Amino acid sequence: MITLSHFIVLGAVLFCIAVAGLFINRKNVIVLLMAIELMLLAVNMNFVAFSRFLGDVSGQVFVFFILTVAAAESAIGLAILVLLFRNRSTVNVAEIDSMKG
Amino acid sequence: MPNLNDIMIMLPEFYLVAAACLLLLLDAWMKPEQRNILHWVSILVLVVGIYLVVAGQPQVTVTAFGGMFVRDATAEILKVFILLCTALIFVFSRPYMQDRKLFQGEFYTLMIFATIGAMLLVSAGNLVMVYLGLELMTLCSYGLVALNRDSQLSSEAAIKYFVLGALSSGMLLYGMSMVYGATGTLALVQLHGAVAQAGMSNLMVFGLIFMIVGISFKLGVAPFHMWIPDVYQGAPTSVTIFVGSTSKLAAFGMAYRLLESGMGGMAHQWQMMLAVLAVVSLAIGNLVAIVQTNLKRLLAYSTISHMGYLLLGLVNAGPEGYASAMFYAISYALMSTAAFGVILALARAGFECEEIDDFKGLNQRSPWMAFLMMLAMFSLAGVPPMFGFFAKLLVLQAAIHAGMMWLALVGAVFAIIGLYYYLRVVKVMYFDKPAEGLEIRPQADGFLRTMLSLNALVLLALGLYWGPLLGWCRAAFAG
Repeated sequence: MITLSHFIVLGAVLFCIAVAGLFINRKNVIVLLMAIELMLLAVNMNFVAFSRFLGDVSGQVFVFFILTVAAAESAIGLAILVLLFRNRSTVNVAEIDSMKG
Repeated sequence: MPNLNDIMIMLPEFYLVAAACLLLLLDAWMKPEQRNILHWVSILVLVVGIYLVVAGQPQVTVTAFGGMFVRDATAEILKVFILLCTALIFVFSRPYMQDRKLFQGEFYTLMIFATIGAMLLVSAGNLVMVYLGLELMTLCSYGLVALNRDSQLSSEAAIKYFVLGALSSGMLLYGMSMVYGATGTLALVQLHGAVAQAGMSNLMVFGLIFMIVGISFKLGVAPFHMWIPDVYQGAPTSVTIFVGSTSKLAAFGMAYRLLESGMGGMAHQWQMMLAVLAVVSLAIGNLVAIVQTNLKRLLAYSTISHMGYLLLGLVNAGPEGYASAMFYAISYALMSTAAFGVILALARAGFECEEIDDFKGLNQRSPWMAFLMMLAMFSLAGVPPMFGFFAKLLVLQAAIHAGMMWLALVGAVFAIIGLYYYLRVVKVMYFDKPAEGLEIRPQADGFLRTMLSLNALVLLALGLYWGPLLGWCRAAFAG
């Protein structure tokens, strides 16, 4: 029997993978964008699970909004990434450090 | 079904959306040399927006679209200042943008859409609206920070802002999902009731922590401040001023909506968390600012410390505390428009005027600009009788009345440490010799100079005569 807690644990695991991907990754900005998407999907998993088990539909409606905003967000993220690559010819996270202090 | 009444309640927002779309069309139609028209129309649009907010002010709190949108006194005051700050930014940034070939329609439309996002955020009555308002504001800000397409710093700042901003939205959403799971509702009013009734479960505390992390990111409170210095330095100054003023007002609105309107029943849980965040922010902001040589970066660290003071007001978790925090947010927004306004007015093509050394001997070259900058710096430092002094006094008082004497003492000590780096800027302007070969003269735009002077003089005027504004803020939370 799959219970609510299974879904919550799955959501938490996905969220942790996403946060780890953001902080441990030192190579590529594109991986950061993937981690951000994964994070939002983990949240969606939580919302859908809660919504199903609480018998309340508003959580699923929120998921639609999150999906839409996530699409807009990755469009902007990729646009900034293209800009960055044009200006610096690299997408290596470790090299994006011209401002310090 | 939405009816006419709902639309009338949201009239300022509907009007601004329509106006922003029309501006987009106008820009597509106009020749580049006619862009000045767009500039003046945008300012007019915002001024009419202020009029609609003030004229349609309801006597009591009203909601629209089934409680999604709340129009109360808090939202009204914040919206007036949000629109005012954006209008000031338009006035201050025209010569700067023209000099850098950035004087384009998208600056105006993105700014206005971000302002609409800020207005929706401070009026949110539902977690969905909080998220959508926030994203509308921040997505526009990412684009604005990257506006200077050929600048390495600008694109680097944009990617950092984007990644950390998206991370913080993710945290906030994760917290929201937990809170939803614990209470089964997304509406803030019902959430407030559910928190008071059911008390706290582990799920609620968990959700609360994630939501506070998200709010702290948006406010720029240490230790979630990593993006602030880089974004302030790398973004074009005309965008930095937006991130420093309008979006801080909106972030305060978000913190109030989530913490008080939503999670007010858990106040003693979040009071202590905010107190710790405030101390860390005051320490990091004030200490790291001392070693900065870039004025925009210095002001970034000063923002971090100012957000620490704002939290001192929120820690009170009562009407007095919220009123003082809102007063602080307004004072900070006006101080940062003045300080960045001077930087904008002194910048020229190929010269950003953002290093502290660029201000050496400013008094000999442009005494009036030096005086305005001095007013802004004194106000930021909290020197009496400036606006910033009373704002600081009120938040410290709020912290003492919340029974946190130690917190107020920490705040006072760091205010004195902070004095050092603000006064260093004043010292450089008045007592140092100007650098050889550096010709500084302010922009010739008369309207800009008038508005900038007014902005800086208001900091003095509100310091001497602060009663009405404070009364207004207190009345908003008295009910």
